[in-house]
Amino acid sequence: MKAILDFLTLIDRRVIYSVLIFSIIIPLFLKPSLPTRPTQEVIGAYNAVESLKDGDVLLISTDYGPSAYPELQPVYEVVLEQAFKKNVKVLLMTHWQFQGLIVGVSGIEKIAKKLDKKYGEDYLILGFKPGAVGVMVGLSEDFRNVFPNDYYGKPIDSYPIYKDIVGDDDVLNYKDIDLLFGFEAGATGDFWVQIVQARYGVKMAFSVTAVMAPGYFPYYQAKQVVGIVGGLKGAFDYESLAKKKGLASLIMVSQIPAHTIILLFILLGNVGFIIRRIVK
Amino acid sequence: MIWDILGIWIAAFLTIAILSFIFGDNPIYKLAEHIFVGVSAGYGVVLALNQAIWPSIQMGLMPNQHFFIKFMTIIAIILGVLTLIRLEIFSYIFPSIVWLSRIPIAFVVGVGSGIAIVASIQGFIFPQVSATFLPILSPNYAIDLSSPLNFLNSFLLLIGPFVILLGVITALVYFYFSTEQRGVLLGIAKIGILIMMITFGASFGYTIMARFSLLISRFYFLLSDWLNLLK
Repeated sequence: MKAILDFLTLIDRRVIYSVLIFSIIIPLFLKPSLPTRPTQEVIGAYNAVESLKDGDVLLISTDYGPSAYPELQPVYEVVLEQAFKKNVKVLLMTHWQFQGLIVGVSGIEKIAKKLDKKYGEDYLILGFKPGAVGVMVGLSEDFRNVFPNDYYGKPIDSYPIYKDIVGDDDVLNYKDIDLLFGFEAGATGDFWVQIVQARYGVKMAFSVTAVMAPGYFPYYQAKQVVGIVGGLKGAFDYESLAKKKGLASLIMVSQIPAHTIILLFILLGNVGFIIRRIVK
Repeated sequence: MIWDILGIWIAAFLTIAILSFIFGDNPIYKLAEHIFVGVSAGYGVVLALNQAIWPSIQMGLMPNQHFFIKFMTIIAIILGVLTLIRLEIFSYIFPSIVWLSRIPIAFVVGVGSGIAIVASIQGFIFPQVSATFLPILSPNYAIDLSSPLNFLNSFLLLIGPFVILLGVITALVYFYFSTEQRGVLLGIAKIGILIMMITFGASFGYTIMARFSLLISRFYFLLSDWLNLLK
């Protein structure tokens, strides 16, 4: 009995790690196809981008870094493809200092090259500015107050895309934005909703890391945002809606066995713990 | 091409170095950790200077700029410089003026609080409270009997608002400390604890999903981009 209890409650961590590693690696080789049933939150985000028309403006905020790459980058790239195929004008900015620019710029340059989109005509990289709340309030008046120059140091109003976007008043602000898509690994999305959506009524959707997802779902329930893509599962759903087989689809195959193994170990540990208490 | 290959090898080495923490703290892990901190800090400083500080000063002090903008830019520069007094080296050299660094901090706290308080009331509390009650006061869901799955979905949609209301009220009762919790109040508070435990469990589940996503993507990178084993 003692041996069984010891086995159940004192499993060596190296055994756990080894089993987990195999549960991750084997599906990557086998590549099973997974069924998916996208949630309403993901469908809402997808439809928000799909509903954009030629000439509409999509503001993207890449507020994440490489640590959230597997969860957010697949959605980011699909959103860019959707937007570029519809000739939507894309503005890219970040609140996440260097990390947001690394993932944001690499993603938009990759997709723009693939779809033959031109910088300054089809998309513009505004860059990074610190002070999230101040930046958001500043953008409500005129984007040039916050981003006088783009990522490459040229005045943003010197690009053709600027003239295409702004109205007769020659001022670019939230009134010109048709959709804001935030990619959030932190609380910046809360500010987007609480300041920009609440005050200026900007339509917005988010792709968020799984850690942040529970905190963002209430915004969807309260109809403050039109869609939420949560974690790798959300990214996988988003790719399946777009009929893409990207990074999320490729690595999602390992997520299910890894979760199952963790559940089994939790179950084993608890069974052992309960039996030990009964025996005592 | 050669730079791409070199980049992949460096990334692979750093990934394995970080994963080596599984065997405990070791010099390889330390090396990767220090490289990350150093590169991040250096890149961050340069980017902040290039993208934020220098362009703002340039634009604010342009000769044709309005006097008020110039004046505010100078105030911002002064506040920025005062923040630097907080650096340890200044506190050793000029200990009598360290208190000046509190002015920009007070400014940031004041402005931040002012914006955050209004934003949380206008953009969070009011919409969330109305979203808690409105679906119950004006329900627009109907039970769908066309299939078992549709029935389950429509049933969950119907009871969802009531579960949310129950969760909000019971959790609020748990944090009601103005009177001793006993009898009915204690019972409601215990339901509140249960609801919160479920919430924490869901959050923890999501956290596990996030961490595994990261781990799987690194293994995918090693097997695919580095070792080229996944065709």
